Amino acid sequence: MAPLAEVVGSTAAIGYGLAAIGPGIGVGLVFAAYIQSTARQPESARITQPFLWIGFAVVEVLALLGIAFGFIWAGEL
Amino acid sequence: MTGRTIVLASEVPFPPSVEDFYLPSIVPWGGHDYWFTKITLLLWITVAMLIIFFLVAYRKPKLVPTKRQWLAESIYGFVRNNIAVDMIGKEGVRFAPYLTTLFCFIFVMNLWGIVPMAQISPNSHIAFPIILALISWVMFIYLGFKRHGIGYIKFALVPPAPWFILPILVPIEFFSNFIVRPFSLAIRLFANMFAGHMLLLVFTLGGFAMINANALLTPISILSWLMTIALTFLDFAVIALQAYVFTVLTASYIQGSLAESH
Repeated sequence: MAPLAEVVGSTAAIGYGLAAIGPGIGVGLVFAAYIQSTARQPESARITQPFLWIGFAVVEVLALLGIAFGFIWAGEL
Repeated sequence: MTGRTIVLASEVPFPPSVEDFYLPSIVPWGGHDYWFTKITLLLWITVAMLIIFFLVAYRKPKLVPTKRQWLAESIYGFVRNNIAVDMIGKEGVRFAPYLTTLFCFIFVMNLWGIVPMAQISPNSHIAFPIILALISWVMFIYLGFKRHGIGYIKFALVPPAPWFILPILVPIEFFSNFIVRPFSLAIRLFANMFAGHMLLLVFTLGGFAMINANALLTPISILSWLMTIALTFLDFAVIALQAYVFTVLTASYIQGSLAESH
């Protein structure tokens, strides 16, 4: 019997879409917290800025790992 | 210049793949797989540019700086004051030269990703970020042992916590401090440059693929190429940010090794 529906190509795209949800929320939280703290205390903006970028970088790397591993594990399974 | 993107009217390979990053040799001798590729050339140009620029800018320092001297001084001043001293403290001045070199090197290497005719960053090959990350890794471990002696192992691995939680915490600390740190530094820089190049390729080649498939899709092709221009500007922001982030994280790891307590 012929299949009624099938998916061709790589499911890595779906996987990466799922993997990007977490970092997306995380980066949003990082910037939300920075905006809120700066709105409450504008003079602290410069003090907290390096931590903003560190936090952003640490969260962002999760999404980037998704890109890297997508290619590393491509074709397996 | 990438060999595939200049093929205009004929069949454009779509979607782009990892193969697009393995560029052919650009010298006439030695065949297709010779080691001297555009990546090698861009690396050499980067190093030469930075050495010559800073040598010339600082050769005859004047009290009223010339334009070049002003540029060099403001780059150094930015890294020294906003990264080294802000992150590490007074001791940070000692590391400012290295951090400035690191910042400029990564920035120029990344910048090749959006320079017309070059349009690929050497950092999109993981070998370059790995070496940079290894230097940072060896550096903060060395500094830690130099500051704390053999006690650095305890300092780095045993956080102040109740004893019964330590069997869980120590492996986590080891994993995050000595394995994830260099790994994430390298992957972050690499993946950003890789993804940036890939995005530009998708929108450029996608435009050609659509126009070849159906002439009615021409407006969408043009939209796709306009997106390429917009993404180039986005890429510039990413480029500057990644150079900054790599330097700030290196500074913060150094600070962690030099700190007296947690």
